[in-house]
Amino acid sequence: MGNEQNYFRKERLPYIWCPGCGNGTVLSCATKAIGTMDWDQNKIVAVSGIGCSSRSTGYLDFNTLHTLHGRALPFATGVKMANPELNVVVFTGDGDCTAIGGNHFMNDSRRNIDLTVILFNTNIYGMTGGQYSPTTPVGYRATTAQYGNIEPPFDIVNLAIGAGATFVARTTVANPKELQSMIELGLRNKGFSLIEVVANCHEQFGRINDMKKPVEVIQWIRNQVVSIEDAKSLSAEELQSKVVTGVFRNEPRPEYVETYDRTIMSAALKQG
Amino acid sequence: MSESLFLQGNEACAVASIRAGLRFYGGYPITPSSEVAEVCSVELPKIGGRFIQMEDEIASIATIIGASLAGAKSMTATSGPGFSLMQEALGYAIIAEIPIVVVNVQRGGPSTGHPTGCAQGDLMQARWGTHGDHPIISIYPESVSEVYYETIRAFNLAEKYRQPVVFLMDEILAHMRESIPLHDNIEIVERKKYNVDPKDYKPYAIENDVPTMADFGAGYRFHVTGLYHDETGFPDVSGKRIQSTIDRLHRKIENNLNDICKWEEVQTNDAEILFLAVGPQARAVKMAVKTLRARGVKAGLFRPITVWPFPEERFTQLAAKAKTLVVTEMNKGQMASEVRKYKTPNLKIHSITKVDSKMISPDEIIEQIEGVC
Repeated sequence: MGNEQNYFRKERLPYIWCPGCGNGTVLSCATKAIGTMDWDQNKIVAVSGIGCSSRSTGYLDFNTLHTLHGRALPFATGVKMANPELNVVVFTGDGDCTAIGGNHFMNDSRRNIDLTVILFNTNIYGMTGGQYSPTTPVGYRATTAQYGNIEPPFDIVNLAIGAGATFVARTTVANPKELQSMIELGLRNKGFSLIEVVANCHEQFGRINDMKKPVEVIQWIRNQVVSIEDAKSLSAEELQSKVVTGVFRNEPRPEYVETYDRTIMSAALKQG
Repeated sequence: MSESLFLQGNEACAVASIRAGLRFYGGYPITPSSEVAEVCSVELPKIGGRFIQMEDEIASIATIIGASLAGAKSMTATSGPGFSLMQEALGYAIIAEIPIVVVNVQRGGPSTGHPTGCAQGDLMQARWGTHGDHPIISIYPESVSEVYYETIRAFNLAEKYRQPVVFLMDEILAHMRESIPLHDNIEIVERKKYNVDPKDYKPYAIENDVPTMADFGAGYRFHVTGLYHDETGFPDVSGKRIQSTIDRLHRKIENNLNDICKWEEVQTNDAEILFLAVGPQARAVKMAVKTLRARGVKAGLFRPITVWPFPEERFTQLAAKAKTLVVTEMNKGQMASEVRKYKTPNLKIHSITKVDSKMISPDEIIEQIEGVC
């Protein structure tokens, strides 16, 4: 504990993010969680795609890899497979991970490769100017959905569970304590872990939906939060407009690279 | 006693890549390249390397870039449609200076085209497929034996110049079986290792235009991005920095043309009809040259093995002596357009092209130039 200050490249601060942005909170929780892991700082790799969330890697004093839009996961997969000693954490967003990178998200969930994915869900494409994303709720506006979004949003948690991820959790930036403990659980899971963080983008999502202040978007998020326990007593219809938080799955199964080495590599070595 | 192998081109490429030090392969199945992946999936785990079949070609190239950063010599193989999908990440490997080898076994295009057809339609995609100004190294062998040795050279150049190398093959090379005489002395280039104090480490500090980058996990924590960056690796979009970075990326190739460029010449000394051909198509041209010589026609062949950068200096010398240049290629004239840049005013260019999924035969070549010479 207490290493988190050493995990920042202080000379790179302040953040590129807008005042009031929740991304800093996520990063702070992530570094605190990593600090509990007793990992050699030189053996930590942070990988990101493109977008606001993906700028996280630049601030972290690890081996950091800022990749292409949607491709953080396949880059991370290569890093992990080339050197499984490395601990790999992925920072991504709703557009990056579930639209352009959706195929990789499904397949790495299925493989159960040991990556911890922290997904900043802001319900919008922030960096490109507020276009609707796969998690923009129906009826909400975006710069490319001026008449209101008609596409039903992804339930990212169910997506990950359906695809086979072994640790799946969701919380919000309004609950940093829970966020930190969820990330920690994700890091400890030897396999594919997804932590979805519902976060405020007041500048892009908020402004166009009559919630200009950070606190208004955070309050909007808060109003939707229902814990996984409380959700049990709600109907499917009632749950549609809710953000259910909690740990949805924590069921380890054999990790991909370990399985590769134990089965394929040992069989190949025997064959010679 | 010298040994030899008897393999098809795809197998030769896979076996040679392992000889060159391949430790990671990520790919997606596509005809006519799939045997490269199949052999790697069997052979890599025998030597402690790893293979993965990714969900698409975008993921394939992304994963080998990640693996290369973590220290493993890495490769993928594909064909035209997959090569199209890889272009964005190819540009990433160029600007971030990550060594990888991308094999493109050409087939008929555009689009799904003719998966088992012979074609050389990706010469320009290999050169200019990714966006923005960039240098590229691309190699195109003519025989299975050359596939073997040039695959090794592709890895060596990738490591030496921290540059992706596009290794061009085609359906003919992929599935033709030939013998490969094995030599004992094969040079294998290993990545330079850093040994400065991590505090002073700058991944893109430049010596002879080529940075010496540490592997992830080796104790040097640094940042890699596809944005324009300074020598620390962090984004820097000042005009001066952009200009100097893009200039240097070109310079590291242009200042080493003697090391990178490679070609073959057949009877070029007194050639008045100079043929230009690449890949296995050049073998049909060689037969045509032989026939023409027997008839007293002063024919010769210039065959770039390094297709990009084009071996411009030597070609210009030969073109200056020739009367007619005959460019023979299985596409609509991609190389013929390229060499017009280097021609002298008196040189006539005759372009022989065919896109019917078959190689242009020696007879067809002779027939086509009878009116020319």
